[in-house]
Parts: sequence; structure tokens; C-alpha cells
Amino acid sequence: MAQMNLLQAINNALDIAMAEDDSTLCFGEDVGHFGGVFRATSGLQEKYGKNRCFNTPLVEQGIIGFANGLAAQGSRPIAEIQFADYIFPAFDQIVNESAKFRYRSGNEFNVGRLTIRTPYGGGIAGGLYHSQSPEAYFAHTPGLKVVVPRNPYQAKGLLLASIRDDNPVVFFEPKRLYRASIGEVPEEDYQLPLGKAEVTQQGNDISLLAWGAQMEIIDKAAEMAQADGISCEIIDLRTILPWDVETVANSVRKTGRLLISHEAPITAGFAGEIAAQIQSECFLSLESPIARVCGVDTPYPLALEKEHMADHLKVYEAIKASVNY
Amino acid sequence: MSTEIYNEGPVVHEPAFIDGHSVEIPTLKILNQDGDVYPGAAMPEIDEALALRTYKALAFHRVLDERMIAAQRQGRISFYMAALGEEATSVGAAAALKDTDMFMGQYREQGALIFRGFALEDFMNQMFSNEKDLGKGRQMPIHYGSNALNYMTISSPLGTQIPQAAGYAYGQKLQGKDEVTICFFGEGAASEGDFHAGLNMAAVHEAPCIFFCRNNGYAISTPADEQFRGNGIASRGVGYGIKTIRIDGNDILAVIKAVQWARAYALENSAPVIIEAMSYRLGAHSTSDDPSGYRTKEEEAKWHEHDPISRMKNWMLKQNWWSEEQETALFDKLREEVLAAVKVAEKIDKPPVEDLVTDVYDTVPTHLQKQLEQLKTHIKKYPDAYPFTAGRIK
Repeated sequence: MAQMNLLQAINNALDIAMAEDDSTLCFGEDVGHFGGVFRATSGLQEKYGKNRCFNTPLVEQGIIGFANGLAAQGSRPIAEIQFADYIFPAFDQIVNESAKFRYRSGNEFNVGRLTIRTPYGGGIAGGLYHSQSPEAYFAHTPGLKVVVPRNPYQAKGLLLASIRDDNPVVFFEPKRLYRASIGEVPEEDYQLPLGKAEVTQQGNDISLLAWGAQMEIIDKAAEMAQADGISCEIIDLRTILPWDVETVANSVRKTGRLLISHEAPITAGFAGEIAAQIQSECFLSLESPIARVCGVDTPYPLALEKEHMADHLKVYEAIKASVNY
Repeated sequence: MSTEIYNEGPVVHEPAFIDGHSVEIPTLKILNQDGDVYPGAAMPEIDEALALRTYKALAFHRVLDERMIAAQRQGRISFYMAALGEEATSVGAAAALKDTDMFMGQYREQGALIFRGFALEDFMNQMFSNEKDLGKGRQMPIHYGSNALNYMTISSPLGTQIPQAAGYAYGQKLQGKDEVTICFFGEGAASEGDFHAGLNMAAVHEAPCIFFCRNNGYAISTPADEQFRGNGIASRGVGYGIKTIRIDGNDILAVIKAVQWARAYALENSAPVIIEAMSYRLGAHSTSDDPSGYRTKEEEAKWHEHDPISRMKNWMLKQNWWSEEQETALFDKLREEVLAAVKVAEKIDKPPVEDLVTDVYDTVPTHLQKQLEQLKTHIKKYPDAYPFTAGRIK
């Protein structure tokens, strides 16, 4: 085991994937010699050459269209979009092309080898265009897998699984944790399952569900609740699409309560889908309405970032309100 | 209406490929580094008053950039983007336009705002995201905008303003205005789909729009040769049927000349123009970037010798419109003013919590009113956790 931050864990996963398969490529804006704006691809060009790790022109639709072509041809492209906020110029290529390639061709062609990596989320004083969490847009698109890791160990295992998965995967990396989250990461190869949530803490009074950087927030809120004698079960969803209904439903049947927290605005956020599905699965077990603690329905602000965020205090208050309903 | 949009040219019976570099594009230079005008060069329309206004804007720009990079390093602001070495492009363009022409920048064109008289306090209020910021503290530093000065508020996503500029200019034309739109972008942003969409729309719909490419050699760390092939960005203009010119972007007289000419042409002919200004980004892409990872000190040093501000100063001295005494006094005064303005701006309150929900729509809808009330109740309960807003909630 080694101590790695989240960026090093991602770099390590990319290194393993490129070493094992000559057809694996990493590319995107500034990804080459510079190693990407966050340095996730550091050293890969030196090790694997300019043909396999390279800078692209600044054109997100081009990056993903190019990646779709490579994946259809049989290569294993890992495309980086510099910030998730800039994934929208590539939206057509992802939603209309990557997601539907296999379906529309009757499996004559597919782009299952494609992985799209992109840093997402707030808390870094990035304002409107460097803070968004756009997972819900992609969750509405059949044909994609959407994955969000919470720490370095998870990042490496989930990224390797995403790269080797035979479906296009959009892999959102919590950039607030890139250097802040450090943990034990095995240096050898391992994978964590896609489509599987993980119960990270057992509890009896309420289930708390989140993903990515938001896991830190609900952990902190659960600690505060613990001091009040409230026992929280904590679940990391890990994969947004397809999501693990069973693990969440089993937990809610046990605790009778559910709180979902994400960074993106509340309206039509992915918490809404979870609430609807869990209500249908667990209606007779619920002892209070399913709570959502999410971003305000505004663009992500700069000066009032703290007010906008679904922070630990807002989650803590919602836990108490749910338990005392 | 016609479907005959190209000249057939000579007919051949063996394949004759046209090389991507075969379009030869000359570069307009008027002023050399010593401040002398090239013999026979066509001077722009510029008198002593305009020259002084222009030079003072350049000086302000240089001082602002130097001081704000330092302020970022001291942790006083979160982020900054300087235009070191490229100041002549935006300042020169603004000097060649009417102040009523629309200016759409990418993010490194604060020189035009300076020229148009955006107050030092306005710059500071934006960078410190305080309650006096015209943008209400919603965007990162350097995302300026001013309706009064016809400077469209900057948006971080690259290239989005390019098709918007075509549309804005088309509207100006339809309304019979004696105004054009100028749209700035870097050679990196010219890779985006928006660039191709915007140029084609402007050409086909005959919009009086000046597309100004600031070719500074790098898109963050990616050098031009990993960004495009062919003869620069100018050659794209030829492909879209747009009048095209390449200029020395560190030569402010060439910038002014080209933009004056482009403005007149765009208005008279109802047509777009593209200008590619060859320059160099002497500084980092932003304060989050470190150019030592991808280019050499020697390369940077070479471009220091092409400093556009000292080039204009040398010319001004030779015109007897400027002196070393004035130079020292101006820079000293600017440095003092910027430092003083930093100290004022950083003490002004952040925007009130109500500003979180305004301007999302024209009026605040019920669901956002409700979210605001919930938030205020929450903040009152935990005032220490929200120090910017807690004390001011009614």
C-alpha cells in the first residue's frame, strides 16, 4: 500500500491501463507533456509516447467525436474534458452518439471502450463555470454509465473498472478532493464494481446517501448527529447510472428514513429520481418524507458559495428534522 | 440568389493539390521596436490626444496586471489573468473603434475597458467579488462587463462569444446603427466549433463584425503547432470568404490601422473582417498556471524584446509627446492608486444573501423565494458558519 492523493490514484490507474493495453490512449486539452491542468496525466506522455498521450486542440466536441471514432475502431480511448463545466459543447457527441452507438446499429458497432474523465464540483472558489455538477444530465441518457468516486482508493478501483467496462463511462472526479483527499491505495491492479453502492457506515435511525465530494459532508453531519444520539447509516452511491436501488432500499427498510445530498441544484437533480424510486420500493417502511439537501436552484455563485452549498450544517439540520418528523 | 458561389479556375486533367500553406498572408507592421515608423508605412488616424489616451491605458494595464498578480500571490484575490506582452491588441482595437461599438472579449482584453474608462474601483470591486461589483460577485476575477461601456460581460467557456458577435452585429445592421461589433478570441479558441459556426454565420448573413484573433502562441500549455495546421488562423477567414488581414500584434499603430480600416469596411460593405494579430503571452495563462513546465526562459526573453508598450513609448518620445519624467511620474502614480484601491475594495462587504437568487430569472420565482427563506432561517441559526451574510439578514 502507498499513500496517494486522488490525483496520484487516478494517474496510477491510467498508468496501469496504458501499460496493459497498447490500444489505450489518453488525450485532451493540455494533457500531454504538461500532464493536464490538474496533472492527472503527468508522466504518461514521457512513458508511452506522443502517439498515445497527447494534447488536442481546444474543441470538446472534437475530443469526444474523435474518441467515439477511436472506440468504434477498437482502441480504448480515455478522453479528458478539462472541467465538467466544459462538457456541454461535447453534449451532442456524448448523448446522441456515445450513448446510442450500440443501440442504433443493432450492435454492429459500439463505443463501449470509451471513458470520459472530467473534474466536477464546487468548493474551490471557481464560480459559475468551474463548479458545476452535471451528472443528472447524463443520468437521463440510457446507454451511458456515470461514475463518481469519493476518495483515492475508490478513484483507482472505479476508474480501472470504467476503463475496462464495455460501455461508455462518464467518470466525474471531485476536484475539491484532488489534493485534499489522501489515503492508502494498493499499488497493484484492482477494480471496484460499477453499479454497486457501498454502505460505509452502519446505523439504525436514518440512511444518508451521497456520492463524490459530498460524502465528506454527510460524514461530518453524521458525526454531529451521533453526538445527539442519532445513528446514521451512510451510503456512497458510487455509480449514478445504472444506480444500485437494492442497496439503498435495503438500508431504508432498516432505518425507515432517507436523506439524499448532492451539490447540483435540487430541482430535477438526481436525488429526485432516487426519492421517487425509493418511495415506490419502500413506501410502507418510511417514517418520514425522503429529505433532499442539495444546491440552491441558481447557477453556482462565487462570493456566496458557502450559502449555496449543501454543507454539513444543512445536512445536520435535515437529519434532525427527519428523525423528529 | 445564386448557387454559383465559386470561380471554377483553370481546368486541369491531372490532380493538382493545393497546399495548406499555399495561401500567403503578409503581416502589417508600421512601427519598429525603436519607435521609428517604417518608410512608406500607412499611418493610422492618430493625433496627440488619442496617442496619449492610448499610452496611458497601456500603462494602467501594465501596472494593474503586475500589482494584481502580486495581490493574488499574497492571497488577497483568488485568481488573475494578465495580458503581459499583449496589451497593444485590446487597447489598440479600442482606440480604433468608437466607444459605442460593442466589444466582446474572451477574458484577456481588459485593455479595452481601461481605454473606455472603466474606473479602477470597478476593476477592484469585480476582482474582490464585493457588493459593489457590477456582476454581483458571481464570477471569478477578471470576468468584467459593463453595459454603459458597451463591453459584454465575460463568460469562461471558450469561443461562445464568436457566434454571438455575429448575431449582435447583424442586429446593429438591421437597426441601421453606425456601429460594429468586435469579437476577441485566442488562437486556441479558434479550434472550438463556435468559431466555425460564428464565422460562417457572419459571412453568409453579412454582419458588420470584426473578428480579432489574438494569436499569442499558447493555449494554457499547448503551443500553436499542437492547436492547428495551415497558415495560422487568418487562412480560415479566406476559406469563409471573409476579408482577412494579419498584423504584428505588438505594434499598436498596426493594430489601430487595421481596426480602423476593418471598421470602415464592415460598415460600408455590411460584411465581416478577420484580423489575426501575432503576439506572445509573456506571462502565465493564469495565476493557476506555471509556464516553466512547457517553455524555456530563452523563448520568453526573446519576446521581452518585442514589448509593445516600450515600442509605443519610444515612438511617443520621438514625437515629443512624452518624456521620461512623465513616464516615471505616471507609473509611480498608477502604482500608488492601484495599491490604495486594493485596500479599499477588500474591505467592502460581500454581496447580501438576497443576491444569490436574483437575476436567475427576470423576477424571483416562488420556488427560489422559498429556498431563500429557508436559507435565511438556517443562516440565522449558524451565523458563525456564514460570516459574509449572517450579520445582514433582516
